[in-house]
Amino acid sequence: MIATALQPLRAVFALPNDDPRKTVAVALALCLACSVVVSATAVTLRPLQERNAALALKREVVKVAGLAGPGMDPARAFEQIETRLVDLDTGTFVDDADPRTYSYRDAAQDPARSTALGDTDIAGIRSRPDRMPVYLVREEGELRSIILPVYGAGLWSTMHGLLAVAPDGRTARGLTFYEQRETAGLGSEVASERWLSQWPGKTLIGPDGEPVIRVAKGNVEAGSPNADRRVDGLSGATLTGNGVTRLLRFWLGEQGYGPFLAKHTDVPSRRRGGDHG
Amino acid sequence: MEHYLSLLFKAVFVENLALAFFLGMCTFLAVSKRIATALGLGLAVIVVQTITVPVNSLIHRFLLDEGALGWAGIGQVDLSFLGLITYIGVIAAMVQILEMLLDRYFPALYQALGIFLPLITVNCAILGGSLFMVERGYNLAESTVYGFGSGLGWALALVLLAGIREKLKYSDVPNGLQGLGITFIITGLMAMAFMSFSGIQL
Amino acid sequence: MDRTQGKLLLEPIVDNNPITLQILGICSALAVTTKLAPAITMSIALTVVLVAASVIISLIRRHMPGSIRIIIQMTIIASLVIVVDQVLQAFAYELSKQLSVFVGLIITNCIVLGRAEAFASKNAPWPSFLDALGHGLGYSVILIAVAAIRELLGAGTLLGVTVLPLIEDGGWYEPNGLMLLAPGAFFIIGLMIWGIRTWRPRQVEKPEYRIHIVHRTEGS
Repeated sequence: MIATALQPLRAVFALPNDDPRKTVAVALALCLACSVVVSATAVTLRPLQERNAALALKREVVKVAGLAGPGMDPARAFEQIETRLVDLDTGTFVDDADPRTYSYRDAAQDPARSTALGDTDIAGIRSRPDRMPVYLVREEGELRSIILPVYGAGLWSTMHGLLAVAPDGRTARGLTFYEQRETAGLGSEVASERWLSQWPGKTLIGPDGEPVIRVAKGNVEAGSPNADRRVDGLSGATLTGNGVTRLLRFWLGEQGYGPFLAKHTDVPSRRRGGDHG
Repeated sequence: MEHYLSLLFKAVFVENLALAFFLGMCTFLAVSKRIATALGLGLAVIVVQTITVPVNSLIHRFLLDEGALGWAGIGQVDLSFLGLITYIGVIAAMVQILEMLLDRYFPALYQALGIFLPLITVNCAILGGSLFMVERGYNLAESTVYGFGSGLGWALALVLLAGIREKLKYSDVPNGLQGLGITFIITGLMAMAFMSFSGIQL
Repeated sequence: MDRTQGKLLLEPIVDNNPITLQILGICSALAVTTKLAPAITMSIALTVVLVAASVIISLIRRHMPGSIRIIIQMTIIASLVIVVDQVLQAFAYELSKQLSVFVGLIITNCIVLGRAEAFASKNAPWPSFLDALGHGLGYSVILIAVAAIRELLGAGTLLGVTVLPLIEDGGWYEPNGLMLLAPGAFFIIGLMIWGIRTWRPRQVEKPEYRIHIVHRTEGS
């Protein structure tokens, strides 16, 4: 039965190799075999990969929130953190979509859900999603920190990170970059514990609501007047450092979380009468 | 217009595929013995790159990207895991067509390029160009300029190295370093020189 | 295993190494060798793809139409790379994030297509398997050696464990930043080739011109 069904197939494969019919047959058979293998792998492994990706983000959020510790399960710790969606233009929370499944990367690609940036695109991201998720960390009911996803262009790649700010909206609680492809060993130090550990306590926003934080060129002298607004540069990676400065200034500014911070923290609003510095 | 010029300049000098990203090294080192061969291969790479990057850009935008099949009414499908195989398929097809054309019309060049013509397919610079295009989200016009510029930059580096190596024939290199070894050292020095372009902002 | 088969396996490791003699597979050698851990993962991934691709291509070699043979080989290699990439993303997420681009670039690694085209498409599966494994190991040896040198001299660590304590952490070693940049990798591979060729003088390339040494006679 099977043998007779295979008969014409066998006839095709018995043809000489440069026969066009055989060429087409081989190409089709190969495409079929490869597509089955590739799709089967992609489909069966997708749930695992998505769980990995979700867990990786949770782990980063927990880390920058300062909840990570030995024996702490990141998924459990993440339960204590409230995820909300923010409309960046008005700065208010919106509740008509599930913040846990919202992807700001998809939104940024979709012209209907993002705003194209012209000259104001200092972070090098082309278009900004209209909504961003924020993570609210509470301890015994008291707001401890607000975690803001940030991203922007470094030297080679788009760097994605999380910025934790204190409830006053001005002071950094921590910063992390969980996705970057900067020069290995130089720019890639943005993701190193050593460099990131100097961020907690830095002043991000000045008294007038203007972002003031800057990654310095070289090291910051401890006693210098603006030491609380400057972070040591990455040696050999000035451009990556500049990228960090620009992306933080963008996201803390009027186009980013500015309106949100003005509404929910002590940061003054710059919405009206503010000039672009 | 200015935007495209700046993109071109960046692709050729600042983000040189060979010397800043170290892509396409195998061919780069193997075909840089003579300026004439280097020019031929460089031209082939420019042509392949200028065609494949925009073609892959269209494929990415209308077939593979998440939600790209919206025009066919199945917007929720995400085929981006097929990206690698599709881009390399387009590249392989282009190279094979080019190979047939060269064999037919420029047999001398075809002979000179030898095994390295099919190896353009596995030239990381070509696939790298398409992957960078996807990552940076270039539109059709930008990807055409980028494809041309990155190909030109790669060809430029190749011809420069060939120029140095032609002169190098007359120098007294230690035995063990002869050929490949000294070429690596020279490429390293060229890479250091090109690193000084990396600070330029246009 | 008789002598020719042993030769197929062992020859590419030193005597006919794909990176230092055949000039293949260098791009990824430069890109992933700043640290040892990704270099080891990359070596395993490449060897798996190389062996699988060679065996498959050798099995179907009699049915490969010449006009589309490169596309066929590329399709098989690309499918294998996607599978490896997906498996890494599912089971070794952290490592796959470090490697992401470079796993994709295995497709364009000249060793894989080079062996498929030059050996597997003309030989039976078992010799192709040995040849592929040998080339995979030859690639891995160089990759891991370069990565070990770069991580040790560039960051003072091996597999993330401090070996040479850095000055900024209170030790004595001032890391050599050049090692972490790509020119450093070029210099290391260049010097490594010098070393191998001094050890195995047969690999030395003939210079195209000899410097003519003039023997002066006295009084001239």
